[in-house]
Amino acid sequence: MIANAIANVFRGERARVLATTIRVCNGDFELAEEAVQDAFAAALQRWPDEGLPEEPRAWLVQVARFKAIDVIRRRIKLRSIVETEPEREAPEVQPVQDDRLRLIFTCCHPALAREAQVALTLRTLGGLTTEEIARAFLTSPVTMAQRLVRAKTKIRDAGIPYEVPEPSELPARLDAVMEVVYLIFNEGYAATAGDAWVRRDLCGEAIRLGRLLVELVDLYAQTPAPELRGLLALMLLHDARRDARTDEAGDVVLLEDQDRSRWNRAQIDEALALVPLALRGGRGPYPVEAAIAALHASAATPADTDWPQIAALFHELYRRKPTPVVALNRAVAIAMWQGPADGLALLDELGTALEHFHLWHAARADLLRRLGRTAEAAAAYREALARAGSEPERRFLARRLSELASGTR
Amino acid sequence: MQYLLMIYEPEKVWTEMTEDSRNKMFGEYMEFTKSVKASGHFKAGDALQPTATATTVRVRDGKTQVTDGPFAETREQLGGYYLIEAANLDEATKIAARIPSARFGSIEVRPIMVFNP
Repeated sequence: MIANAIANVFRGERARVLATTIRVCNGDFELAEEAVQDAFAAALQRWPDEGLPEEPRAWLVQVARFKAIDVIRRRIKLRSIVETEPEREAPEVQPVQDDRLRLIFTCCHPALAREAQVALTLRTLGGLTTEEIARAFLTSPVTMAQRLVRAKTKIRDAGIPYEVPEPSELPARLDAVMEVVYLIFNEGYAATAGDAWVRRDLCGEAIRLGRLLVELVDLYAQTPAPELRGLLALMLLHDARRDARTDEAGDVVLLEDQDRSRWNRAQIDEALALVPLALRGGRGPYPVEAAIAALHASAATPADTDWPQIAALFHELYRRKPTPVVALNRAVAIAMWQGPADGLALLDELGTALEHFHLWHAARADLLRRLGRTAEAAAAYREALARAGSEPERRFLARRLSELASGTR
Repeated sequence: MQYLLMIYEPEKVWTEMTEDSRNKMFGEYMEFTKSVKASGHFKAGDALQPTATATTVRVRDGKTQVTDGPFAETREQLGGYYLIEAANLDEATKIAARIPSARFGSIEVRPIMVFNP
């Protein structure tokens, strides 16, 4: 019973306790982590007898502070400079300020490499262990541990500040934070290699971080952050379709073939409420991407999909994020709205930029098939197959190719 | 904290510049130096002669080898430096971004190592 309660406190409060302790330790991540670990150990010893303190988080922060002072004194002692006994004081309980926003911005500081930003964010703000992060990114725990140590050393030795950036820099720095969160989400969502359980966890962590950011940035900036709501809605909508996205064999199920009753309705509803707020004032890509995903999620059947609206949104998205992949998606939307011939003409214009991208070949193949140009469609599927990365994608393309040969599609 | 701001730039930018642009750049550098002195960030700073004047020294097996040229041939060369005092990396990078050469070269920002007694 009490063990459960303690476990809940640890899980729920770890990031906040760590975030505050890092500030108390002047931005020394290593020292703070050691101190927080010691504080949790102390809680495990004392709480079963004494019961949970009134403010467990404040208790933990206070004990972590003393532990940190102990560690510093031990370090000084090792250099045999002073010999004073650490004083034993009862933890004095004070309200704890929320330092998680500092922690997020420091973890995602542009002076750190992107992969270090991701690892550090997951390790400190998320609940993942170094081993779990290593598994999720298909690297060894040793490599991941080294990456984390290097990042923490740079924060300390290069003087990366433990601060929320000033208002003039907030939008740019927030963009970097959102990129990290979305990268974590996509790592869990898009890739099909690796441990399925850990990947699901990554999506959950990214959504949790998204919610946390909305809450903290609203509070800090005193104004609702539309980009963040766009990002959160986008992640919620994608994640809502997770179970319907693959069949029991782990094979890809296309959006049009998915069992829509398996979509997570509650999550979709939560996202649909966020999208209008995101579009109002959000100038970046996430609100538009969320709006597109929202239209898909709102269609009761594939035939009900509002393709003209989706094509218009892709047009707007291309204005905000002019990449060939966005142009590819716009061409597919136009094909669904105005017919495969129009879509194919647009796709062919993108050939020079995308001929190495398997999804461009797959999209062409699909439109050629619908136009009845079977031989060309088969050739395009073969081109896609030769470039596809993941096993489920390869199986999907191979299946399409054989259906084409036997005339079942 | 102290940071060394190392100014890397293609040397030929300076030689291929018109007299007017060069004078303008010198003016900008003087302005910059004046402002970081006034703000209290400046500790030291110098421009270096071009790498054509560089000599590299190595001692191997007790023997001193002296060779012509810089340590490494690179696309951008070390052309000068500032040593500054800044509260943290963000302040240091903001100052680095104001160095005139940052617009065509690169400024490497390195914290100075502090040895505990």
